[in-house]
Amino acid sequence: MADMNVVRQHPIEYDPEVRKHNFGEVTEGFDEERALLEASRCIGCKNAPCRKGCPVEINIPEFIGFIKEKKYFEALASIKKTSNLPSICGRVCPQESQCEKYCIRGIKSEPVAIGTLERFVADRFLNEEIEVKPVEKIGKKVAVVGSGPSGLTLAGDLAAAGVDVTIFEAFHEAGGVLVYGIPEFRLPKAIVKKEVENLKKMGVKVELNTVVGKTVYLSELREEYDAVYICNGAGLPMFLGIPGESLNGVMSANEFLTRVNLMKAYKPNSPTPVKIGKKVAVIGAGNVAMDAARTAMRLGAEEVYVVYRRGEEEVPARKEEVRHAKEEGVEFRLLTNPIRIEGENGKVTKMVCVKMELGEPDASGRRSPKAIPGSEYDLECDTVIVSLGTKANPIVTESAPELSVTNRGLIIVDDENRTNLPDVYSGGDSVTGAATVILAMGAGKNAAKAILKMFNK
Amino acid sequence: MFEILKKRKLAEGVTEYVFNAPKVAAKAMPGQFVLIRLDEEGERVPFTICDYDREQGTITLAIQAVGASTMRLEKMNEGDAIHDMVGPLGKATHLDVEKILLVAGGIGVAVLYPQAKYLKSIGKKVVCVMGARDVSLLAYLDEMKEVCDELFVTTDNGSFGEKGFVTTVVSRIFEQDKNAYDMVFAVGPLPMMRAVCNVTRELGVKTIVSMNPVMVDGTGMCGGCRLTVGGVTKYACVDGPEFDGHEVDFDEVMNRNSYYREIEQKHVCNLTGEVR
Repeated sequence: MADMNVVRQHPIEYDPEVRKHNFGEVTEGFDEERALLEASRCIGCKNAPCRKGCPVEINIPEFIGFIKEKKYFEALASIKKTSNLPSICGRVCPQESQCEKYCIRGIKSEPVAIGTLERFVADRFLNEEIEVKPVEKIGKKVAVVGSGPSGLTLAGDLAAAGVDVTIFEAFHEAGGVLVYGIPEFRLPKAIVKKEVENLKKMGVKVELNTVVGKTVYLSELREEYDAVYICNGAGLPMFLGIPGESLNGVMSANEFLTRVNLMKAYKPNSPTPVKIGKKVAVIGAGNVAMDAARTAMRLGAEEVYVVYRRGEEEVPARKEEVRHAKEEGVEFRLLTNPIRIEGENGKVTKMVCVKMELGEPDASGRRSPKAIPGSEYDLECDTVIVSLGTKANPIVTESAPELSVTNRGLIIVDDENRTNLPDVYSGGDSVTGAATVILAMGAGKNAAKAILKMFNK
Repeated sequence: MFEILKKRKLAEGVTEYVFNAPKVAAKAMPGQFVLIRLDEEGERVPFTICDYDREQGTITLAIQAVGASTMRLEKMNEGDAIHDMVGPLGKATHLDVEKILLVAGGIGVAVLYPQAKYLKSIGKKVVCVMGARDVSLLAYLDEMKEVCDELFVTTDNGSFGEKGFVTTVVSRIFEQDKNAYDMVFAVGPLPMMRAVCNVTRELGVKTIVSMNPVMVDGTGMCGGCRLTVGGVTKYACVDGPEFDGHEVDFDEVMNRNSYYREIEQKHVCNLTGEVR
């Protein structure tokens, strides 16, 4: 029976004044005591509305039920029935708009901290070697284009079903956005490495430094493999198209985060440096923008602004990221739109902004911002990080014109993630445009199911 | 790992490396580039492919030792291996014109040499203007003599060939015959490519240049290599590396390329203890 008197437990977080100067993880998650208290809050609803909010339909009441009984291994096994990467999802999923949004406890008080509980369970077994049971091979081979969350998920599901899986990765390291995009303080890279190692133990092969569309063509993969799953992620970063974006000191969030995360620019004397000034303006307010702002803080910026043309309610980032950013001293300039960037000697010195007000809701249902005439002002800064999302990556699709794409270059799939080519599937950002880790994982699961169906398994 | 099979000095500070890289060699086309990384901590540095041998599975790169990574590479020997090479990236060259003039500045000749060989192999007349600051910096001179039907050589200080710049020769060629060539393909340092474009723009001769901006991923993800071509933002890694030189905003590219130079030089100091 749920204990209705227990309040929502909060994970142990480090002091913002300390953590904003290092790349260590911001929160330790729950200790056992807090996890048990939090688990006790779960009613264990029969119809489990929370599951509807989970893109991979984790049996949430079941795993929390196991936590209540301190059967942690069983709890993990329950999660792993539908999710391959719980230690990652527990950290980066937008739970407030997924599982926790539907939690019954959220009506009268706060929802159960499902994400933090998931992480608690996964982390308990993080350093234990997983036992790989030999799987009977079904004599089928699948090529996976990209080693991000979608590809890793699909690879895990297929390998467990006895399929020979080979992942092709463009970078020198596997993990996709989990290694180049999401910072260490939010998702330690050791966790991603561990998950990749676990897949290798299951027999999944990873070919690094291989760009599908350049090093090897889709047509070749189709000849050699029984099915191909394209999950090469998002591509070209979007810029505002305002004057001054080519000045030195202006870069995309992708470039900034890749330099810091994948290329380790945060280390002193890193061969791949990153220049960060004293005053940094991040344009955009999604999760990537929060990552960029908080990373800039950790690299020694004195003032970091998040500049966003809509209001607080419209901020698309996870609430927790916004809270963490604010605690660490990131200043939010909401209802503010940059109109040009100015510089001296080719280098950014300021951004001219205009204040905005919200008008009527637009086609997307969001209230569209309008500039307030005469409200222009200068925001002094020496670095501008543009975090407005990404367009489709053209490399695979340009080299395989037989693949149907939208006019924005995104790959078209049906509800089983099948493309117009019978043996080619696709999912993740290459289909949806920039979205979340968990949606990419959901697509990987869905495609794995469809591929196995095609194999009659 | 990608083994260095052969290494030889081409000119002062310029070394030619032949790498074992069968997957890259299998797909490489003239004009494309690779990114290499020396070791597990190394930076990703782009280089245009100079030559490839599909049968041997090799990729040839000519690399000038100017930064931290290239200076360290220069100290590596045959039999040593670099950690990563990815490619071939970017778009291949399309030289679908009758009469083309090749113009090489400094190490740019390394990129034009395979183009020259290709042109010869398809029976076209090969004419090249190549130049360098000093005779010690002239690379692939013998090879170019071998492959070119006509070869003009300049050095800034007159230590070899004609004293002056490649642009002097290019101007003279077009002065003698306005319609001598349908297209110029210029590869070299940014100021040289810009100077050639300034000459050919007035003449209305289309000029292709090969850009080599700072890159991180090289696969259309980071946007670090963006440049303005004809008023539109382009990405050298996926849209290039070759562009219509008359449309390229060279001032912007030169400014952007200088951004990390200061740190780069500081690096060299940290590594070697030398002050540059």
